Amino acid sequence: MPRITVTVDGIQYEEDVEPRLLLVHLLRERLGKTGTPIGCDTSNCGACTVMIDGKSAKSCSVLAVQADGCDVVTIEGLGANGSLHPMQQAFHEEHALQCGYCTPGMVMAAIDLLRDDPDPSEETIRQGLEGNLCRCTGYCNIVRAVRRGAQEMGQAVRTP
Amino acid sequence: MTTQEVGRPRRRKEDARLLTGRTQWTDNLSRPGTLHVMFLRSPMAHARITRVDVSGARGLPGVVAAFSGQDFEAEQGSLPCAWPRSGDTVVPDHPPMAVSEVRYVGEAVACVVATDRYRAADALEAIEVDYEQLPAVLDMNEALGDSSARVHESGNRAFTYRTTSGDLDAAFRDAPVVIDRTFVQQRLIPSAMEPRAVLCDTDGDSFTMWTSTQIPHILRTMLALVTGVAEHKLRVVAPDVGGGFGSKLQVTAEEVLCLLLARKLGKPVKWAESRSEGNLTVHHGRDQIQHLRLAADADGRIRGLQVELLADMGAYLVLLTPAVPLLGAQMFNAIYKMDAYEFACTGVFTTKMPTDAYRGAGRPEATFGIERMMDELAAELRMDPLEVRRRNWIRHEEFPFTTISGLTYDSGNYEAATERAMALFGYDKLRAEQNDRRDRGDPVQLGIGVSTYTEMCGLGPSRWFGDNNAGAGGWEHGSVRVLPTGKVEVVTGSSPHGQGHVTAWSQIVADALGVPFEDVTVLHGDTAISPKGLDTYGSRSLTIGGIAVLKACDKVRDKARKLAAHVLECSPDDLEFEAGAFTVRGTGSQKSIQELALAAFAAHDLPEGVEARLDSDVTFDPENFSFPHGTHLCAVEVDTDTGMVKIRSYVAVDDVGKVVNPLIVDGQLHGGIAQGIAQALFEEAVYDADGNLLTATMADYLLPSAADLPDFALDRTESPATSNPLGVKGVGEAGTIASTPAVVNAIVDALRPRGVVDVQMPCTPERVWRALEGARR
Repeated sequence: MPRITVTVDGIQYEEDVEPRLLLVHLLRERLGKTGTPIGCDTSNCGACTVMIDGKSAKSCSVLAVQADGCDVVTIEGLGANGSLHPMQQAFHEEHALQCGYCTPGMVMAAIDLLRDDPDPSEETIRQGLEGNLCRCTGYCNIVRAVRRGAQEMGQAVRTP
Repeated sequence: MTTQEVGRPRRRKEDARLLTGRTQWTDNLSRPGTLHVMFLRSPMAHARITRVDVSGARGLPGVVAAFSGQDFEAEQGSLPCAWPRSGDTVVPDHPPMAVSEVRYVGEAVACVVATDRYRAADALEAIEVDYEQLPAVLDMNEALGDSSARVHESGNRAFTYRTTSGDLDAAFRDAPVVIDRTFVQQRLIPSAMEPRAVLCDTDGDSFTMWTSTQIPHILRTMLALVTGVAEHKLRVVAPDVGGGFGSKLQVTAEEVLCLLLARKLGKPVKWAESRSEGNLTVHHGRDQIQHLRLAADADGRIRGLQVELLADMGAYLVLLTPAVPLLGAQMFNAIYKMDAYEFACTGVFTTKMPTDAYRGAGRPEATFGIERMMDELAAELRMDPLEVRRRNWIRHEEFPFTTISGLTYDSGNYEAATERAMALFGYDKLRAEQNDRRDRGDPVQLGIGVSTYTEMCGLGPSRWFGDNNAGAGGWEHGSVRVLPTGKVEVVTGSSPHGQGHVTAWSQIVADALGVPFEDVTVLHGDTAISPKGLDTYGSRSLTIGGIAVLKACDKVRDKARKLAAHVLECSPDDLEFEAGAFTVRGTGSQKSIQELALAAFAAHDLPEGVEARLDSDVTFDPENFSFPHGTHLCAVEVDTDTGMVKIRSYVAVDDVGKVVNPLIVDGQLHGGIAQGIAQALFEEAVYDADGNLLTATMADYLLPSAADLPDFALDRTESPATSNPLGVKGVGEAGTIASTPAVVNAIVDALRPRGVVDVQMPCTPERVWRALEGARR
């Protein structure tokens, strides 16, 4: 059984894993990181999106062995010192979640899309979130939240 | 002075956990030694099971047990149908695990219990099943023919139902206009984001089940009835539930089987479905063929409406299957006055997954039918579709109004909602642009779709349920406890899954008791904590559950008043209650509700007949439904070369009565509108000729993403409901009910000059293109 080393939310783990084990199952069932849920088995819904080495990825489509040596950030590792990340805060302010099941993945995808475009238009946001499905919100408030999050994050960068 | 909380756009208390991943989805939970269950499912739509051999699975690494349906035969009971509304309803035996025959693809035939889900999946492959294939029955019209194969011994007719009011023959006799149309309500897969999961633990003779359900209370009673596990030995918990839309309003085979497995093995067992398993086995929605005839005068006034439905039940009747299409019986006449009305429905068995309640349940189907007909009538008379509605709807001054189908609408103002929607939409300007595009022969045509809807909301008065042969009533429970420290704990029987009960109920309680919003917490979804309830569906949470909580506050206040009078040595009538304190009129001496809670806890000096602690317990049963309504307007651009439909703008003006939290109301409307649009444009559960579900994954079943939908412009009018003291009407299903016909009406409106009179849903580019081609020929 391959042994991998993976850093998750700042803590390094060494794990023996079956080659077929999905990263999302490693996170949820071995490391207790249940903040990342599973919504489908075809990588269409995006609920399980995490950051791998700074880029968003659907953790149901990544084998645990592929994460060997990687730095993984889940929703549980976002924010600092008990305070919310500006994107999490923006989702709260804009009522961009209802049941909340898609929310961790949606927040991760939203943060990632700002890497390419820190000041995205509505159109860019809608295209950027295409891989993350929500069944509750109709996306109106999610789009607003991403705009707001982008503004907050931009301001955070500008004001040291 | 406290701020008024009801009406305020409060950010949700629920969010913090959900945003940071500190959630308790059922699949996140585990008990020491939890075993994983997986089900082997039928690959055939209809077959006799001639042999099941699970021995190959037993003894594989990690496998604890493997069972066939036969192993459960004696104890598994039959899954319940609790609402055989029509007297002639045939309810076939429905074993949770098939024993001798399968009737849809996905029906469980065997199961494996293993130490982890990977081992369980491996072991499923080692189970052998022999089937003798039987003919699939897929088409409802064929199913009713004499030569059709039978889904059940009793035949393929599940029930017939008919209701008539007024003289239909007279209405149609010599009518200047008769519109005759057939519409198809395609089969939908509700697709809550959280797949279902069940965890069941036992300590020997009692059981705790955590399950992703909308109905922990109903489920507990039903599980007890089905399995014989004593109800008082069974606790059902709905922890965080990731959406429902009706799909988790069910007593599922998997819940029953997990309970039986925990009992058989004496160990905690867990099952978590995959999406492809879920699409096969979570009940589907809609699936009707509607034949409508409408007779009208030359000025557009409706004389009569005749509705004939075929409703696909699927292979079995699950909890509410036969009642769902019949919820439309009193809704097809909608907001319109008419002289005669007839509704007839036949429920049909087919070899497909059963249908049941999906967002709106019967009312979206009815609203679609009548709102399409209103547009067809307008087209026939060359009249504006809003004008034809105006000529028929109940006028503001006519409320309360008893409709031809027998419901009494308490309040509403269709004129106001429509005027506001038209202004927000820029109706006249868009009509001008439409004419311009038509004149220019623009390949991209503009269509304007109208939907003026109402719904019977807040299910519902227990008396009505009784009159309609339902297994239970429609009351709800609320209890309020002011704790010794003055904080408030609320228990609600309503079981949320994204609706924001904790926040909304906190607002109601904060106002009613004059306590800070932050000082209120709300407990729900656990039969051990919330012992009474009828749960969440049919937009009943606020209109019934929220009102039960309000009434519990009233009761607490009455008790506090008695105590205050005793402590302040005055008559209760001399006390004024404001901002959380009782003040003796004219003296200024007062006691806060928190002080009284402490006094009631200490119980050192209680007045005669007053018990210790400041708490209360209430059930509320509404006297009537509530009737939200609204006007939705949709503009679409249709590319006549490719059939592509793009929603250009969408305006919704809804009247949901008094609003407790405008953020939550708007959010529910957004989500509802999106689901309704999805029915119009994207979603359809498709079976092939052998009964295989071709849309078993999210790769095949097209749910809209952010890129597929526009922003929605919302506004409101407010006609308070008269059937509850807050004046609230409910909002969960309104968007879905209204939006589907608005979108399809817009598409047909765009293409009507080219001879198109209907496009079957979902209006995919191919369907639209084919409709255009068909009209051209």
